[in-house]
Amino acid sequence: MKMSVEQTPTRAIKINSLKVSDREAAHELLETSIKIERLNLFYGEKQALFDVDMEVPKMKVTAYIGPSGCGKSTLLRSINRMNDLIDSVRIEGKILLDGEDIYHKSVNVADLRRRVGMVFQKPNPFPKSIYENVAYGLRIQGLNDRRTLDETVEQSLKGAALWDEVKGRLHENALGMSGGQQQRLVIARAIAIQPEVMLLDEPASALDPISTLKIEELINELKEKYTIVIVTHNMQQAARVSDYTAFMYMGKLIEFGSTSELFTNPKQKQTEDYITGRYG
Amino acid sequence: MIKAWFKSGSPWVWLNAAAVSTSIILVVGLLILIAVRGLGHFWSSDIVEYLYDDGFQQTVIIGEVVETSRMTVNEAKASGYKVPDNAEFFEQRLIKTGNRDILGSDFRWIQSQYIKKQSYLKDLIVLERREWGNFYGRLVSVKENGKIVAEGGKAYQVAQQSIDRALELFDEIEFLQKKKIGSINYALEHLRLKNRRLQLQGKWNEDEAQQQTAGKTFYEQSYQELQKRLVGLYLKIRRDSLVVKDSSDTTVEIPVAKVVRLLQPNAMNVAEKIWQYGIKFFDFVSEVPREANTEGGIFPAIFGTVMMVMLMAVIVTPFGVIAAVYMREYASQGLTIRIIRIAVNNLAGVPSIVYGVFGLGFFVYILGGKIDQLFYPEAAPAPVFGTPGLLWASLTLALLTLPVVIVSTEEGLARIPKSIREGSLALGATKSETLWRTVLPMASPAMMTGLILAVARAAGEVAPLMLVGVVKMAPTLPVDGNFPFLHLERKFMHLGFHIYDVGFQSPNVEAARPLVYATSLLLVLVIIGLNVFAIGIRNHLREKYRALEN
Repeated sequence: MKMSVEQTPTRAIKINSLKVSDREAAHELLETSIKIERLNLFYGEKQALFDVDMEVPKMKVTAYIGPSGCGKSTLLRSINRMNDLIDSVRIEGKILLDGEDIYHKSVNVADLRRRVGMVFQKPNPFPKSIYENVAYGLRIQGLNDRRTLDETVEQSLKGAALWDEVKGRLHENALGMSGGQQQRLVIARAIAIQPEVMLLDEPASALDPISTLKIEELINELKEKYTIVIVTHNMQQAARVSDYTAFMYMGKLIEFGSTSELFTNPKQKQTEDYITGRYG
Repeated sequence: MIKAWFKSGSPWVWLNAAAVSTSIILVVGLLILIAVRGLGHFWSSDIVEYLYDDGFQQTVIIGEVVETSRMTVNEAKASGYKVPDNAEFFEQRLIKTGNRDILGSDFRWIQSQYIKKQSYLKDLIVLERREWGNFYGRLVSVKENGKIVAEGGKAYQVAQQSIDRALELFDEIEFLQKKKIGSINYALEHLRLKNRRLQLQGKWNEDEAQQQTAGKTFYEQSYQELQKRLVGLYLKIRRDSLVVKDSSDTTVEIPVAKVVRLLQPNAMNVAEKIWQYGIKFFDFVSEVPREANTEGGIFPAIFGTVMMVMLMAVIVTPFGVIAAVYMREYASQGLTIRIIRIAVNNLAGVPSIVYGVFGLGFFVYILGGKIDQLFYPEAAPAPVFGTPGLLWASLTLALLTLPVVIVSTEEGLARIPKSIREGSLALGATKSETLWRTVLPMASPAMMTGLILAVARAAGEVAPLMLVGVVKMAPTLPVDGNFPFLHLERKFMHLGFHIYDVGFQSPNVEAARPLVYATSLLLVLVIIGLNVFAIGIRNHLREKYRALEN
């Protein structure tokens, strides 16, 4: 299914237009995947997120936009507890994944991250073969059966629209690939462990326009199966790929709504200023 | 003008270039000096025969010219030498005359002005002997059972055959003595210790006693058999002898059993000399030393050095890596860890002899003594591990090189991009899984760098080893055919110590000097070899785990 950039927003709007007509009813139709409740996050003394409340809908693409340092990456990394790696971080509030608080003591962080996959700004394949990169998550789970691995690797690479380009050189080092291919490999790697949610932290910002286009097409396909949250700097990108958009500013969630509405009819002045390019 | 030149920065560039070239010249010069001096030793130089008349008596001198030194006439006169007035300079030559058994020393200085005649006749021979060093002179005849079997022109060929035969017999004798009888002695000692152990434990009974006696009788029988064979071999090897003439035409009879090599260098062409050179060099690296280390080979020293370094590498690498992983990955990066890090760095600056003293005090006496008490009470009062040996030497050097490995590994771990760790964690890997599957393999080139530095330092270290395990002459290698094959408690020989011993502790310093250079060269080669091996592995790992560009 080939899609051009111009068609993407029209399609999104078409879906959204249903909900714009009756937002309340539409919200009830949508299942919530991630519920963020009064989230406050501190780096030592400095507060980075203020009382964030948000419901991320299932099987949709939600984009976080906002100027640099507004906390959108921090919010994203809270969802799979990547912020735990920083010693000074302190978190208040709740994030519920399918109704369960992910910051509860009983939660196994590794299991959580298996359910919530993440793709980073810069492609970060391991210095291993393409095959081993994709199989990494499965091997971690103790899966070493050759046939299952072969199958999953193929499925994942197909899912990341990379199979045709690499099927002949699965056992070559992944670092020999182009940046765009590497990023799709990283996505394939995340798909391989079949997460429920995929977090994409500016996945295309380090890539050239053609690779960016491919990643965006891929996101459109992936939302059939996964809940996707994407952080992006690029408002056109948010408009093209996402169903819902959250605008953040200075650690606060300013506005959250369907993408078409937020871009065409922002409720907040700050949102309007940002999307019309007055600051950011 | 000059000011502008200074401003341009070129003086600084020149200074840098000069510093670099000086270092290169020094290093290359050092290597060349060692190589030339050391490798020259194996060349069969021509034998010269002088008719020498210093005014008191006329003598014939046969030998190799080792060195020529010149001084001006005035200097020579000032030193008390008699010099003819019309001479341009005063020249002396150092001649290796060999024949220490006859002349009392191997070397002699002569003054060139008194040389009446000099010739390089083809019939001059050099005999390398197992005792008394080289013999220079002429071959008269070959005797078999006291009867002359060859004389004159044919004697050389026959002598060579006789020597080959004797060498074969000699090897057989060595094999029987060292390997076979060595094993029997080892087994008997084993029996004795078992006996003693059982007695100490109070488990000694009739059955054991019978077994012991049976064992002893068996070994003693095989010993008797071997002894018989040995006697036969001794008789055989004593059959032939060479009759030779020295420079004063005195005939001497030398048993072939005592001869290692017979050559006529003056009759050899370049190809033959190169062939001989190869043989001599091979013998040097593959044979055991003779005559208080001044002759023969250095194989046990090479073996000991390599063995000790490898053992050290096996000990220090896991130890250092584990320590570094904890310090970098798990410990909280506070004041304590910073102090520990500084302490580790400073440990690298502690003089090596201090480690030697520590090794002797702690490893050998305390640890080794305890091991002896606990596991080898039957050997008392003779120590097993409570005496310097290979294990303690390796441990001491592992301790000495530990900081290097820790520091390099820590740097390697610090260089791994955060994104790689995050990538692994985001796939549901725990911290330790991330560490084992991704971070450590990627840091392995850095570990190898640490290991390379450690090996380079350890292989050249001598001072601490003198305290914890190295000896002048080890009767057995640390590895042999007797169970458990690797004998960590044994003392061993080491190239570095061998250099010191041959050069400064030997009774015949002049003769040993070329060996010092040759051994130094070998030590350098061994270290280069070990390093090249490690660097090869590192480069392979680097290629494999090439990190993301920045």
